[in-house]
Amino acid sequence: MDALIFFFNKVLVTGTVEGSVYALGAVGVTLIFGILRFAHFAHGDMMTMGAFIAFLLALGLAATGMTFPVPTGFVVLPLAMIITAVIALGLDRGFYAPLRRRGARPVALLIASIGVTLVIQGLIRLFFGVDTRSFFEHEPKGIIRIPTTAIGGSRDISFTQPQLLMIILTVVLCVALHLFLTRSRLGKAMRAMADNADLAQVSGINTAVVVRVTWIIAGALACCGGTMLALDVSLTPDLAFNIELSIFAAAIVGGLGQAYGAIAGGFLIGFAETLAVFDWSVLLKPLQGIIPFQINTGLSLVPTEYKLSVSFVILVIVLLARPTGIFKGASS
Amino acid sequence: MNRVARPLLLYVGLVLLIVAVALLNGAPYASRMLVEAGAYALIVLGLNIQWGYGGLFNFGIMGFMMVGGAAVTFMSYPLNDNFWHSDGPILLGHAIVAAAIGAAIILGAREVHRIGIRGGWRTALITLAWLVGYIIFRSQMDPAVAYVLANGGWVGGLGLPVVWGWAFGGLAAGAIAYVIGRICLGLRSDYLAIATIGISEIIRQLIKNSQWLTRGTLTVSPIKWPTPLPQDYQAMGVDLQSSLLYARGGYFIVVAVIVAVVMFLLARAYHGPWGRMMRAIRDNYIAAGSMGKNVTARQLEIFVLGSVLIGVGGAVLVSFTQIFDPNSYQTINHTFFIWVMIIVGGAGNNWGALFGAIFIYVVWLLSEPVAQALFTTISVWSTQLGWGAIPDIESRSLQMRVFVLGLVITAALRYAPRGLIPERAQTSR
Repeated sequence: MDALIFFFNKVLVTGTVEGSVYALGAVGVTLIFGILRFAHFAHGDMMTMGAFIAFLLALGLAATGMTFPVPTGFVVLPLAMIITAVIALGLDRGFYAPLRRRGARPVALLIASIGVTLVIQGLIRLFFGVDTRSFFEHEPKGIIRIPTTAIGGSRDISFTQPQLLMIILTVVLCVALHLFLTRSRLGKAMRAMADNADLAQVSGINTAVVVRVTWIIAGALACCGGTMLALDVSLTPDLAFNIELSIFAAAIVGGLGQAYGAIAGGFLIGFAETLAVFDWSVLLKPLQGIIPFQINTGLSLVPTEYKLSVSFVILVIVLLARPTGIFKGASS
Repeated sequence: MNRVARPLLLYVGLVLLIVAVALLNGAPYASRMLVEAGAYALIVLGLNIQWGYGGLFNFGIMGFMMVGGAAVTFMSYPLNDNFWHSDGPILLGHAIVAAAIGAAIILGAREVHRIGIRGGWRTALITLAWLVGYIIFRSQMDPAVAYVLANGGWVGGLGLPVVWGWAFGGLAAGAIAYVIGRICLGLRSDYLAIATIGISEIIRQLIKNSQWLTRGTLTVSPIKWPTPLPQDYQAMGVDLQSSLLYARGGYFIVVAVIVAVVMFLLARAYHGPWGRMMRAIRDNYIAAGSMGKNVTARQLEIFVLGSVLIGVGGAVLVSFTQIFDPNSYQTINHTFFIWVMIIVGGAGNNWGALFGAIFIYVVWLLSEPVAQALFTTISVWSTQLGWGAIPDIESRSLQMRVFVLGLVITAALRYAPRGLIPERAQTSR
């Protein structure tokens, strides 16, 4: 029983949290790809930027001396999401819109997103340096423990308060996104444009508005995902790059252009990474009698250092076996 | 401005810029800058083959540079007697045999369709074979690695001349590019970019964590030069400044000769039938394919060729700085940096690529002192206004490099989308 609880604490909780973060990032990537047809390489940096904005706001709020029942990071999140969405709109206007107006190929937009990556990274490092920061410098990280003696365990099921809030928030956001895409006029216009931009335009859809809404959603979700990751682990400028590849893997596994695919892909990648570095010896120990060989500790599928590689191996396999993703996605 | 005057003017401007740097910071500084810019030129020329000639999105430059760096370290570093006198070589031999057995199992599983096992069962068998092969390999590799780390620390080098190391760097990068290309080149633009960026990250983690082979984060130094070191000149009684200049000058001549030879060969290839075929494939691979060109094979060819140059460039850089530190490799400072060079210089034009490499490297180096001067000035003002000084000016100006790079590539895309020295349209008269 204890082994199962350990598995729950280590894999289910971590996997769900990581999956949530990847899903929120991948939705943005996939929406931008669906509407504008280019891989937005600066998305990881947008997430980091959002996290830093939330961090600044949280610092400001903490300075006023007010206390809240939830971590300050969550209190300021809505405002940070709005600010990041506005910045995302500004980035589009400053960097991508001029290229689109000139009729540049999507490839040029992809290269432009490298420029955006460099600018955002440069600015973050200019203002915040390269140090590691934490949202929980001034307040404790609440830990929720559920005793399991009732079902015969001696270990507690434990997770942190932010982790619980994150999972709830992700569910809420996913439902909201689903309602937006299926029920609202704008959401339907977005899906139409992702399917066929020219057809959408001739049928009277205001594509400029759709593009703007895409950036707003992508920016807001990026901020949310970035802040959640920073709340769960810690905040560094390198955050961007460590998740960038995983969110792209998630978006591609789900099928580029498919919002639901991106959410599924995010959780798939999150769990795959967690399972791959999980120490299976703990689960196998009770079965020692049945298994013919000696079980040592440290029996993980891949060493922890190669955690990032897991998403790529999945990515490459999916690209080779089913290039359009698990859900049928767009091709450039 | 016509075709010749514009590049000529740009190059004259570049020479003046370099002379200005040499006058301001001294000749040894400028000579170091030129050597490194020369190595970057090799890398950019490699990318120019892939992207400029062939239209392949290679975002894995960092990985190939690291392979080159690790290769030159392995070839030219002195022998590690502790390792060779221990059981390490035998254990590693076992691991290689295990890898061969694993590979044989996988290859065997791929052929089961010959004995009538097809479809889903074949896929399942191949997957199982991969798993079994992986377990066999890990069962031999893990103890070997642990043993080598405990006895002797790492494998050490082979003690061969540096130039061999450069060649081996190119060879190793090419071999890896062949494998990657076989797997990934079927992917189009964005997908290829993401796949290669992922592979370069895997290569980085492999090299960083293979402590038994590359010493990982413990770093390896000093790596030899093909030409005499400054210390050698100093031993002959030359003073510090001149010794730096002589030594770096010697190194620069070697690099410049390589760049010149590569440029000459590439120009020949570009204007020959091979270059025309490559451009045809780049501009319309469907049409080229229907004209009987083997698109996949040709793309693999340029992917390998370009990666060889990137590997050599990476090796030249590492042996110049004399230290191989896997931690110093970052996608921003390597892959994206090289992309800025080629976009600003002009993809598809070797003179543009060369210009981009040198110009962007100079901008990269100069943006730090310029930012520092700017911040110091602002700091003085803000202190006078009573707002206080800017803290940590030095570390902040270092970060400005990345920001400036971002602005430069954005401006280039906006105002010179085909680069400063664009590819010339080939027209027949």
